[in-house]
Amino acid sequence: MIAQFIFIIVLAAAVYLFSKNVAKIRRNILLGRDVNRSDQPALRWKVMAKVALGQTKMTKRPVAAVMHFFIYVGFIIINLEVLEIMIDGIFGSHRIFSNPLGGLYGFLIGAFEVLAVLVLVACVVFLCRRNLIRLKRFSGTEMTQWPKSDANYILITEVLLMTAFLTMNAADYKLQLLHFEHYVKAGSFPVSSLLAPVLPNNASALVIVERVCWWFHIIGILCFLNYLPYSKHFHILLAFPNTYYSNLNPKGKLTNMASVTTEVKAMLDPSFVPETTGEPGRFGAKDVTDLTWKNLMEAYTCTECGRCTSVCPANITGKLLSPRKIMMDTRDRITEVGNNIDKHGKDYHDGKALLGDYISREEIWACTTCNACTEACPVNINPLEIITELRRYAVMEESQAPASLNNMFGNIENNGAPWKYSQADRFNWASEQ
Amino acid sequence: MENPKSEIKIPTMAEMAAEGKEPEILFWVGCAGSFDERARKITRDICKILHHVGISYAVLGTEEGCTGDPAKRAGNEFLFQMQAMMTIQLLDGYNIKKIVTGCPHCFNTIKNEYPGLGGNYEVIHHTQLIQQLINDGKLKAEGGESFKGKRITYHDPCYLGRGNNVYEAPRAALEFLDTELIEMKRCKSNGLCCGAGGAQMFKEPEPGKKDINMERVADVIEAKAQVVAAACPFCMTMLTDGIKHQDKQQEIQVLDIAEITVKANGL
Ligand code: SF4
Ligand code: SF4
Repeated sequence: MIAQFIFIIVLAAAVYLFSKNVAKIRRNILLGRDVNRSDQPALRWKVMAKVALGQTKMTKRPVAAVMHFFIYVGFIIINLEVLEIMIDGIFGSHRIFSNPLGGLYGFLIGAFEVLAVLVLVACVVFLCRRNLIRLKRFSGTEMTQWPKSDANYILITEVLLMTAFLTMNAADYKLQLLHFEHYVKAGSFPVSSLLAPVLPNNASALVIVERVCWWFHIIGILCFLNYLPYSKHFHILLAFPNTYYSNLNPKGKLTNMASVTTEVKAMLDPSFVPETTGEPGRFGAKDVTDLTWKNLMEAYTCTECGRCTSVCPANITGKLLSPRKIMMDTRDRITEVGNNIDKHGKDYHDGKALLGDYISREEIWACTTCNACTEACPVNINPLEIITELRRYAVMEESQAPASLNNMFGNIENNGAPWKYSQADRFNWASEQ
Repeated sequence: MENPKSEIKIPTMAEMAAEGKEPEILFWVGCAGSFDERARKITRDICKILHHVGISYAVLGTEEGCTGDPAKRAGNEFLFQMQAMMTIQLLDGYNIKKIVTGCPHCFNTIKNEYPGLGGNYEVIHHTQLIQQLINDGKLKAEGGESFKGKRITYHDPCYLGRGNNVYEAPRAALEFLDTELIEMKRCKSNGLCCGAGGAQMFKEPEPGKKDINMERVADVIEAKAQVVAAACPFCMTMLTDGIKHQDKQQEIQVLDIAEITVKANGL
């Protein structure tokens, strides 16, 4: 009875805290500018099914893809078990599904155990790749202590959760063999039965092991849930909406700025009467709130996997630019802006900005707009869009382009070509041999 | 040896309009194709192909101007839209419906970014035109240099490949010549940029370990190609410079798909 009571309180607290943090992230995302990403719903569902559910973009790196798939499937399916744990916890029952499901229950528990082992193996491989083999993709200037630890915490937690799950089953299995109290014969234990020999033979000790693992497992999961909003692991939730709201245009297409269109039309045609479009915003982005909500959602979705940076021509050749850093900086900054609002109210300005305080000009000017990063990202994140917005601000609001680019602009304006050649010579090629 | 066939008269839109004629397709040359020495040769080669197959086409000549692409990628949306709107006025004035470009950047901009500003055209890149002509049986591989069995690799321009998913047309044009088409380790959607895009062509690179074109040329050398085929005037410059820098110009030629087509047909 007391156990049920404690369980319900812990569960309610965990769910409450989690929803509060999710609501905060949602609020932060909505600080971004509006952009319409709701057209073509049928296509959007398809993209989401392929990229998020089917993980098609992971396949470019087969080892990571297989290991990640184990963890992904393992985690989703083992969470069915969590449903049973929840019900047992609330009603004080034990393995409530075993009776109604009959033979299927045995099969399910068996399958969960096999998956748990696969998850364990994958987590160990991932830990080795990060800490022993030290894959280059997992280092870089933006991979400071926190992001590195974040990844390790998650993997270690998963190892512990799976170990607790298997130990719990092993103890349960042994108690079943002893026909002890309510531990009726239920489930099949292809993996945990192998662990049974290392456990004590005494029934009351087994009950303690079983209960400790049960509590550890469920409280571990609830802690993990609440860790998500602070971690790159939030991608397990945001990957779905993020891919649903993907950019459906060809990658080469950049947005045309409507505010500029109005001004250019007025310049070319004095009789043009612009529609009044509310307050005139900034051209481009100086801070995160000048970006769209989709850019901000992407920042919270980023898994910090570094696939983007590992294919970025600028980064490969030793430039400062790293598309992963662009996303991580955006996330850190919007989190900071959100915290400022919570602490000091919504009109507070801390005098900082994304451009300058987080992302340097040297970084944004190194981009070749090649789209290798957007192509590589397994969850359809677009760092190039943020880079472009920052460039727009630097050029149109600050007139701070590199001098050679200003020359190029001047040439286009004066003679219709990025180089200093006369328009009259443009057709000379036709008379050459 | 002078090839008499190369002395062709290039029709302009202005002349055609004066005669009350409208060509089937506009050949958009682009700034590099108009001014860069090497790219000008490729421009003439594209004209030779158009001429050879007898398509009715014209160019804008001195009326053409920058599409605004480099300004846009560098963040100057004002300048881009100014250029775009002037260009759209010009194109619509001639009632142009179909455009072939010699440059993936012009191709991308006119195809994807002009419609939002009121310019709607059917736009293809010259490698797509070459593929169509081959498919229609209008372009053969005869009367010129044989590329049979030559080890050729193709460098995907970002704005043709990843930017617009055109991966097959240039390859089809090469396979048609019975070449031994080899792929570099980074190809198609994984292709590595030449380093010129996003207005990098017009500025010095940021400090780093090396230049991007050197990284790319290492891929070409590793593939042991005799020819690296390009489809973009900026890639052409970057690859040519890189190969020169490695002192490999004797072993590795950089040729545009249009140049290869012209050579194979002896135009
Ligand atoms: S688009 Fe820019 S940031 Fe992305 S991979 Fe290319 S150079 Fe790097
Ligand atoms: S942007 Fe995408 S590819 Fe880059 S680190 Fe984040 S999740 Fe990985």
